[in-house]
Amino acid sequence: MFRFIARRLLQTIPVLLVIITATFFMVRFVPGGPFTSEKALPPEILRNIEAHYGLDQPLWRQYVNYLGQVARGDLGPSFKYTNRSVNEIIGQTLPVSLELGGWALLVALAVGLPLGVLAAVRRNSWLDYACSVIGMIGICVPVYVGGPLFALLFGVYLQWVNVSGWYEGIDRVLPALTLGLAYAAYIMRMTRGGMLEVLGQDYIRTARAKGASEARIVLRHALRGGLLPVVAFLGPAVAGILTGSFVIETVFQIPGLGRQFVISAFSRDYTLILGTVILYATLIVVCNLIVDIAQVWLNPKLKFE
Amino acid sequence: MSSVVKEPSAVSADLERGSSPARDAWHRLRKNRLAVAGGLMLLVLAVLCIAGPWFLRATYQEQNLDLGATPPSAAHWLGTDTLGRDLLVRLLYGGRISIGVGLCATLVALTIGVIYGAVAGYVGGKADAVMMRLVDIIYALPFTIFVILLMVFFGRNIILLFVAIGAVEWLTMARIVRGQVMTLKKMEFIEAAQALGYGHARIIFRHLLPNALGPIIVYATLTIPAVMLLEAFLSFLGLGVQPPMSSWGTLIKDGAEKMEEFWWLLVFPGGIFSLTLFSLNFLGDGLRDALDVRAAKD
Repeated sequence: MFRFIARRLLQTIPVLLVIITATFFMVRFVPGGPFTSEKALPPEILRNIEAHYGLDQPLWRQYVNYLGQVARGDLGPSFKYTNRSVNEIIGQTLPVSLELGGWALLVALAVGLPLGVLAAVRRNSWLDYACSVIGMIGICVPVYVGGPLFALLFGVYLQWVNVSGWYEGIDRVLPALTLGLAYAAYIMRMTRGGMLEVLGQDYIRTARAKGASEARIVLRHALRGGLLPVVAFLGPAVAGILTGSFVIETVFQIPGLGRQFVISAFSRDYTLILGTVILYATLIVVCNLIVDIAQVWLNPKLKFE
Repeated sequence: MSSVVKEPSAVSADLERGSSPARDAWHRLRKNRLAVAGGLMLLVLAVLCIAGPWFLRATYQEQNLDLGATPPSAAHWLGTDTLGRDLLVRLLYGGRISIGVGLCATLVALTIGVIYGAVAGYVGGKADAVMMRLVDIIYALPFTIFVILLMVFFGRNIILLFVAIGAVEWLTMARIVRGQVMTLKKMEFIEAAQALGYGHARIIFRHLLPNALGPIIVYATLTIPAVMLLEAFLSFLGLGVQPPMSSWGTLIKDGAEKMEEFWWLLVFPGGIFSLTLFSLNFLGDGLRDALDVRAAKD
């Protein structure tokens, strides 16, 4: 297993390199630069600014320089926020998104998994239909509708929480619920599907024939296999949740990374875009690695290849 | 799959002749009332969206600024928006786009994702490693910037919407299918198929994929709403549907901004969207059950 993990971590290096290269050139081909604004700067000032950031050098030189910088762990200065480095900006916004994502993930798993298992075990009962209806509502209602609705209900009418902001502990409740419930619906559907697939298999019948209790059959025998598709779905989903959701952070006015990233894409803040992409890519690779390990652990027939 | 409704005597005649798995599945699906209701509902909605606008006098771009936003009335059954446009008409036109995008993009994602994932999972080893790292790479590329780039090079175009959505939606499907195939290929019946000397393509498509259909269908029914909502985000970025044209996603988004004053602008688009997804979901569940190769024959 350690050899497997080591090999996968080694593979991460070329993967990241491809992502950095593709993003670097993609961003540069988008018209407009970080210093183009409605009021055009005098050409000599623009030239000075570009020289300061090294943007006057040929593109391949900039690319090589950037790679060298990244290798040393320095993501460079932000082009839009004067005198702030990308490391600083990410350092400030990432913890916020991580915290929100962590709570949301907890909500998603705590709601989605048990409901999905129950719906599969009590298949075609009123409980199954109720879960199905609730789950579909979660999937149908987009976050930009659910968020304002929650804010209206709990913030404006009931006045239990603040409508927006990110100051006290209670401010975490609404955004975490909104984001978490959206994912809970997906997890519930996937869990139900996966469990149904497994519950029809021979080894479950064998366990029944042995006289194992229903709870034991579901939790010890079926759950492992039933979780496989859920786990495959969770890998990229977790990376997405943890790096922040643009919509949630905009609706609730949260100073997180998801919002920062979309803003940086529109303002062509080259280094900030690249820095965020590198972070996200690393998370994706790590999450998918964890998923692949979990898949082997969930299915004793698989081995680390 | 034939769509002829058979009399009971014909069914028993089938049983005597022995019936194909596809016919069995169709038979099981027809007995599932929720699935049939879902399928009929979808059919009705699709016909309404395609044929409805032909019978209505108003067009989606007809404005009546003096009228403004009005609640549902006899003249405008679902009310009008702030520019005085008839909501029912915009909803029906929007349905054409949303259902079209939802089905096409999901079909593309399904085809690429299933084949890619199945091959990676079946072949395994180095090829699998390379294929999955490629998936990791595409996952990580910044989607927003990719969309802006597409717009710059090709201009605004509804076809690009499919490209952009198709490029991202197949990834998770590929990972799910790969996981299933890796599990299935260790089972005895695959060993048996290999021992019989069947070709790889035959094993993948005839033996592995039918057994992985459950998660595939479930995830496909989850992809359709995701795609429809993603379209709203892309339209917001400027790719895809631009006003005065509408889609359900953009109507819901507009409605969400004005829900405190003009409730009908959110309730009706949201309602029809939910109705569609519910129907799809029940049909999907029914299909899943009907195609379950291990289910007991009844």
